[in-house]
Amino acid sequence: MTTLAPTEQSSEKQITHKSEHGDYRLLGLITFLVADGMTFAGFFAAYLTFKAANPLLPDAIYELELPLPTLNTFLLLVSSATFHRAGQALKLDKTKLCRRWLLLTASLGIAFLVSQMVEYFTLPFGLTDNLYASTFYALTGFHGLHVTLGAIMILIVWWQARSPDGRVTSKNNFPLEAAELYWHFVDGIWVILFIILYLL
Amino acid sequence: MTITVPQTNKQPSEKLQPTGWLRYLSFSLDHKVIGIQYLICGFIFYLIGGALASAIRIELTSPVSDFMARDVYNQVLTLHGTIMIFLWIVPVVNGAFGNYLIPFYVGARDMAFPRLNAVAFWLIPPAGLMLITSYFINGAAQSGWTAYPPLSITTPAAGQIIWIISVLLLGGSSIFGGINFIVTILKLRRPGLQLMQLPMYCWAMLGTSILVVLSTPVLAGTLILLSFDIVAHTGFFNPALGGNVIVYQHLFWFYSHPAVYIMVLPAFGLVSEILPVHCRKPLFGYTTMVYSIMAIVVLGLVVWAHHMFTSGTPPWMRLFFTIATSFIAVPTGIKFFNWVATLWGGRISLNSAVLFSCGFIINFVLGGITGIALAQVPFDIHVHDTYFVVAHFHYVVYGGSVFVIFSSIYHWYPKFTGKMLNENLGRFHFLITFIGFNLCFGPQHWLGMNGMPRRVAEYDPQFTFVNQLSSVGALLMALSTLPFLWNIFQSALKGPIAGDNPWQGLTPEWLTSSPPPVENWKGEAPLVSKPYGYGVNKEESTMESVDDAQGDNNS
Ligand code: HEM
Ligand SMILES: [Cu+2]
Repeated sequence: MTTLAPTEQSSEKQITHKSEHGDYRLLGLITFLVADGMTFAGFFAAYLTFKAANPLLPDAIYELELPLPTLNTFLLLVSSATFHRAGQALKLDKTKLCRRWLLLTASLGIAFLVSQMVEYFTLPFGLTDNLYASTFYALTGFHGLHVTLGAIMILIVWWQARSPDGRVTSKNNFPLEAAELYWHFVDGIWVILFIILYLL
Repeated sequence: MTITVPQTNKQPSEKLQPTGWLRYLSFSLDHKVIGIQYLICGFIFYLIGGALASAIRIELTSPVSDFMARDVYNQVLTLHGTIMIFLWIVPVVNGAFGNYLIPFYVGARDMAFPRLNAVAFWLIPPAGLMLITSYFINGAAQSGWTAYPPLSITTPAAGQIIWIISVLLLGGSSIFGGINFIVTILKLRRPGLQLMQLPMYCWAMLGTSILVVLSTPVLAGTLILLSFDIVAHTGFFNPALGGNVIVYQHLFWFYSHPAVYIMVLPAFGLVSEILPVHCRKPLFGYTTMVYSIMAIVVLGLVVWAHHMFTSGTPPWMRLFFTIATSFIAVPTGIKFFNWVATLWGGRISLNSAVLFSCGFIINFVLGGITGIALAQVPFDIHVHDTYFVVAHFHYVVYGGSVFVIFSSIYHWYPKFTGKMLNENLGRFHFLITFIGFNLCFGPQHWLGMNGMPRRVAEYDPQFTFVNQLSSVGALLMALSTLPFLWNIFQSALKGPIAGDNPWQGLTPEWLTSSPPPVENWKGEAPLVSKPYGYGVNKEESTMESVDDAQGDNNS
């Protein structure tokens, strides 16, 4: 029996190392999101400075329609709410319900991406047509990339939560919380982007 | 019945990792191995960057372009700047010493995210190799380390794109490192260890990491836009297509001014660790040190346009950025006086580590003074883009950060290797570095004030003699590496055994074996609440009056 002791001990030691400190992964994620947010801040600052300093060249075409992006805003805001519901369901150990909300959230994200694509293909200007066209595609494209990654993350969490003793449970809900925080962040960025790019 | 005590309890991390020197080539998760990886990798790039600098100085011994073609000169200049900043100073003052020391200082067994840590390191060698090989493929970038458009858009695209990709990788590495340091310092402290009891280097790294996290992403975004301009022919920064080059400059300096503090704040922290040990006195003014670091972090984020005084900057902006920049002199001055006060009346051992630290103090003050001068618009308009700027930033970057790197190597080498370095060789190294450095960059102030522009291979013949003087200094600097390298290798093989604590230091890294074991301590991590409690026993009580400023740090 004594031969088992070392492994037992070392695994115990491992655990104490981890639990000596609370969960610090969240702070890591928040720091990362601050950094990510600064990338967007740089883009926004660039766009606003362009707007103040560089008038649209006379023959350039740059017009945006509001309906589709408004729908997009709506989709993302609702998806934030559904993600929140998924988190609540997981806390109550209602894994099935949680997974349903997750799937709904991912679908809303994918709907956003589709609608964004539709907008891209119906706009009267392309990436290199003029300064504003380029800025528009760069900003929405960079944000769309974030939505894509977020949707993939949600589907991964959805997959990991498939069995009640799986990797995402009410006790180990960090993957879900992380994805949720990220998703809210991406939605928040969209709201700012919507105001700056479409409304101002 | 005898129950055998389980043999040394090997951690899984230790079992999976190679041992011996091979582990320095592995994806090791041990913060000490990663720290040494950063240091050695950085030093190799320093040698490459130094060879490029020598090429520049050889070219500049004569007023005509004779040693290399003009476009080669541009490539060499760009590679030199990029390598020295992104592959030598930033990774070494942050990654190398940060990874090695911070877990000790907070009483942890490793960084918060060991895997992320290893990834951050392993982004560096490929990025550096890519950058250097671009020279041999299609020619490296030619637009300087600042990559200002329209120059960066009109010079050959391949080299510039490779430059952008490698800087993006290095930026990513830096951000991962920053996240790791912030979480480690804030969350992994040993229970009972207060923030205000941390060694000063922790504060420096916390401040630096905040700057890294806030500013590096802006550079990344900007370079992505620049790459669109080059590859897809968008016009963000291309005036011919309705774009705006000034926006690039703002975004670039929003990163790159903080970057100068990313290079020098950790050096401040390291000096604050080294001086108290070798003059047996507490660090003077701990609290004011902490606040000045944080003040520098805040101010450092709002001074960037002092690099753009000649870019058509409107008067209100010039005024604001002159005042904000001048204000940085206050916290910087506080730190300077604190170091001097730490040395004052101490029992200083004039070893290599202390000499390099004192060299740092002298050089940095000179560089700081020229910095303040540059922040004044009327003067800056006169000397912007001349050799005066080159002199200024080499005084702060080389005379500051690089001197501190050497000081730190002399100080921590016994801990890293368990062997002592040869002190006389180290003092000799200091002497030629100090003389060579001042001979190389001192005269450049004069060159700049008299109108020699920077970044060109040809100049007015009246500047020939002073340029040759500067090149002699550069030669001395190049030669100074030889005794250093000899010392490092010789001592690793034949140096006297150092023991755990050759300097009688009180900070936690000295309270374990040299080199330390995996996971840092055999048993519990020690609780060091007075990292600077030097000179408090009877024989050294003469220092008591000075210690008062240390507040609760002395008993
Ligand atoms: C702390 C370490 C410092 C570092 C590493 C540093 C680095 C640099 C670098 C690299 C440049 C040249 C940028 C370029 O044109 O390519 C520069 C320029 C400048 N530095 Fe510093 N600096 C430091 C401290 C200071 C201080 C303390 C001040 C003023 C309080 C200052 C003020 C300036 C100004 C105004 C310029 C612009 C000169 C010009 O381009 O016309 N620097 N510095
Ligand atoms: Cu600056």
